[in-house]
Amino acid sequence: MNKRLVTFIPILVALPLLPTPEFWITLANYIGLYAIVALGLVLLTGIGGLTSFGQAAFVGLGAYSTAWLGTQFGVSPWLGLLAGLALTAATALFLGAITMRLSGHYLPLGTIAWGLSLFYLFGNLDFLGKYDGLNGIAPINLFGINLDNGRSMYFLIWLAVMLAVLAVQNLLNSRTGRAIRALKGGTLMAEAMGVNTTAIKILIFVIAALLACISGWLYAHLLRAVNPTPFGLGVGIEYLFMAVIGGSAYVWGALLGSALLTLLKDQLQTLLPLLLGNTGNFDVIVFGVLMILLLQRAPEGLWPFLRQRFARNSAVRVPASAQPLARRMQAASGIIALEVDQASKTFGGLTAVKDMSFTVKAGEIVGLIGPNGAGKSTMFNLISGVLPVTSGHIRLHHHGTLQRIDQLPARKIVKCGIGRSFQHVRLLPAMSVLENVAIGAHLRGRHGNLIGIAASILRLNRQEEQNLLFEAGRQLQRVGLGAVLEQEAGSLALGQQRIMEIARALCCDPSLLLLDEPAAGLRYQEKQALADLLHTLKGEGVSILLVEHDMDFVTTLADRMVVMEFGSKIAEGTPDEVQTNPLVLEAYLGSIEDEGVTA
Amino acid sequence: MDFSIAAILAQDGITSGAIYALLALALVLVFSVTRVIFIPQGEFVAFGALTAAALQSNKFPQSASLTLALGGLVFLQQLVATLRNTELRRNAKRSLPLAALKFVLLPLILYGVCLKYSADSLPPALQVLLTLAIVVPMGPLVYRLAFEPLLEASVLVLLIVSVAVHFVLIGLGLLMFGTEGARTDPLSDAHFDVGPLSISAQNVLVIVVALALIAALYLYFEHSLSGKALRATASNRLGARLVGIGAAPAGRLAFTLAATLGALCGILIAPLTTMYYDSGFLIGLKGFVGAILGGLGSYPLAAAGALLVGLLESYSSFWASAFKEVIVFTMIIPVLLWRSLRSPHLDDEDPQ
Repeated sequence: MNKRLVTFIPILVALPLLPTPEFWITLANYIGLYAIVALGLVLLTGIGGLTSFGQAAFVGLGAYSTAWLGTQFGVSPWLGLLAGLALTAATALFLGAITMRLSGHYLPLGTIAWGLSLFYLFGNLDFLGKYDGLNGIAPINLFGINLDNGRSMYFLIWLAVMLAVLAVQNLLNSRTGRAIRALKGGTLMAEAMGVNTTAIKILIFVIAALLACISGWLYAHLLRAVNPTPFGLGVGIEYLFMAVIGGSAYVWGALLGSALLTLLKDQLQTLLPLLLGNTGNFDVIVFGVLMILLLQRAPEGLWPFLRQRFARNSAVRVPASAQPLARRMQAASGIIALEVDQASKTFGGLTAVKDMSFTVKAGEIVGLIGPNGAGKSTMFNLISGVLPVTSGHIRLHHHGTLQRIDQLPARKIVKCGIGRSFQHVRLLPAMSVLENVAIGAHLRGRHGNLIGIAASILRLNRQEEQNLLFEAGRQLQRVGLGAVLEQEAGSLALGQQRIMEIARALCCDPSLLLLDEPAAGLRYQEKQALADLLHTLKGEGVSILLVEHDMDFVTTLADRMVVMEFGSKIAEGTPDEVQTNPLVLEAYLGSIEDEGVTA
Repeated sequence: MDFSIAAILAQDGITSGAIYALLALALVLVFSVTRVIFIPQGEFVAFGALTAAALQSNKFPQSASLTLALGGLVFLQQLVATLRNTELRRNAKRSLPLAALKFVLLPLILYGVCLKYSADSLPPALQVLLTLAIVVPMGPLVYRLAFEPLLEASVLVLLIVSVAVHFVLIGLGLLMFGTEGARTDPLSDAHFDVGPLSISAQNVLVIVVALALIAALYLYFEHSLSGKALRATASNRLGARLVGIGAAPAGRLAFTLAATLGALCGILIAPLTTMYYDSGFLIGLKGFVGAILGGLGSYPLAAAGALLVGLLESYSSFWASAFKEVIVFTMIIPVLLWRSLRSPHLDDEDPQ
């Protein structure tokens, strides 16, 4: 159980039982309601990197659903909650599906737009009481107790807050959670590890909307009346401010931020008019200035400062033992594992890869070399599905036959058995080495998508987590990074980060490993260790295709080499054959006759 | 709806469309140069309109105090930066007096002029000039205070700051102008009768000025050095920096242009509609919808999108006036849908 939560609960429970002034209870209720919404924003904005200014509209959906059903048809609040959740989920799914695929700034702009239109809709629909809203909402009845005052609602609100905190924390510490956290590292790496980033984005958008809806439901039954004002764009922006001020990347930041902003607002609204002698929304000015200064000076928010005073979060550890994950059947040695057949790629008028054909056999190490700009990395991107081929075919040995993979997106290709590393390291610097590598095992989780998410929220995923982390730990031991499992990945040397990417690729359980300059930045001994590791993998039947500039390294390691220049293959053969091939020598050194042209 | 009503609605739609188009251009300009999605653009419209209204009714425009205050803050910012940085300290003898002149003395003079002359009935041209002199400097001053320290920040951080700036300016707007609305006298009351149509001169003026400004912007970007520098920064910030075009000066310039366009829009629409301290926000956002229709990247498409927004708003105010805002802002959703269907590939943006 979470230590912080345990110390927090007695204070929470004691507050309304003691003769606390009613006004404090009211403030605490509002803090709780805001915190639930801000918590969704932490998940969405701070961790997932998507920004929404329109959460207040989802709060409104939750509040108006129960208010309308309750006042018009006498429906029980609990059914009102269900209806609100269903309506919100459907709305968020629709909005998410159309905006999540777009790059960064369209989403926040879209949220501003529909935040406004929902507000005007609430204010203009006759059956929702126009700008007067709906009154006379029934109180919630919980096990026969009518929660008809602030003090009794307090328990329900803070129970909801605590459950929401637990749920979000559990979700983040799971396989899905790692995929959510991987969004901030760009979609390329996450997709290459098999994560459906669009689905994950929609997922966190829906979860954040549902949290907002729950807050709205509680709000409606706390005040027993709704009108459009608290669901306008301005309030939506304030929710975002709360998350950012508290620390948008931290679950507890949501609580801190909503508490601070609520208290500050209360103080400012009584203090500032006294000081300035005029009525106006000065609190808005102060909030705005505070926000600007905070983002300039401490974009992480205030929670990190507070956290230093408490014990740090305990790191995720490798379990002592776990069930080994199921492994892929490796093809028999000598069978063709990868076949590139007349593959071409053009970007507008530029041909980056032209009619490339080569094969990689099971258990073979093939070096792909060529001068800078020869098209090696583009070739890699074609094989791994980052870029679609313009023409030609790429086939992979999968389920016993050669199957075309050139039409598949990256995340499907990794499922077929291609693991890769990147030329420019792509990792999540603030996450531990172990968790970074565990992202590689994303596709090897047992649970299906929705069931898996539900299981992680309810913490029924322990066994799966242990297995995945155990596998990540095993692969890290194997590549020689066993001593740095709990360090932040960003603190590793560049050479170690490249090795870490290999461990991550191994977690995909690949039959073909694509390594883009794995030896760059390594010292001599580390290179030896890497060569030994690649030999071991070869012995297990894994095929390896590597791009490498270190000629000594690649010629001693590779069984065969493919040489590219200007997007085409100019030579292929054993390292010895290639090294004496006049075309290759010319490509690398320039021939005597046309030195000026090729240099 | 008969023809004459349709024609009147079209006239209104085109007039407000012209305003939205100017704002959309400013938004595209600011976004492409600084990556700031400039939500407070509309505040310049409101400030421009209300300042002009104050001057016309011979009242002291409180916005002059804001310009003065912003100038003072920027001077302080420069002072602190100079004291903290040895490199800057070496030039302090020259740079600080210059900063004092630019950020303290000039706003003071402006403030003095307003104090002395605002009670007199100034000729309309001078009122317009004074309004611009008060509102336009707010653009670069706000940029220096809020955005310049965040040159390397992500689009999302800049967007949140932009929203925060909007909050601050709205709050200040209430403080300066109060809750009362204002409307200025039109520059001309004339009406032309074209067949069954009556066309108001003010509408024509708005459209003509908007077209002239668009032409001026075009000439500026195509034929002047600083215009080309802005375009260079917009297409590649790093490349522009390598040839000596700093991101910060380009940003200030973009904000100056944006504030100019905003203030002019304010002066243009003040006779057509009653403006309140917070009216600018919705007007600016409609400019936004126009810019988004054009994909936030293309000037002509943004202008066309804004025109469409104006027409849509005008006709929907006839058919379903209560829902006109709902209709205008919901229009963004099919546009986003269309854009998302057109870009099916992953964006392999760099995580940096």
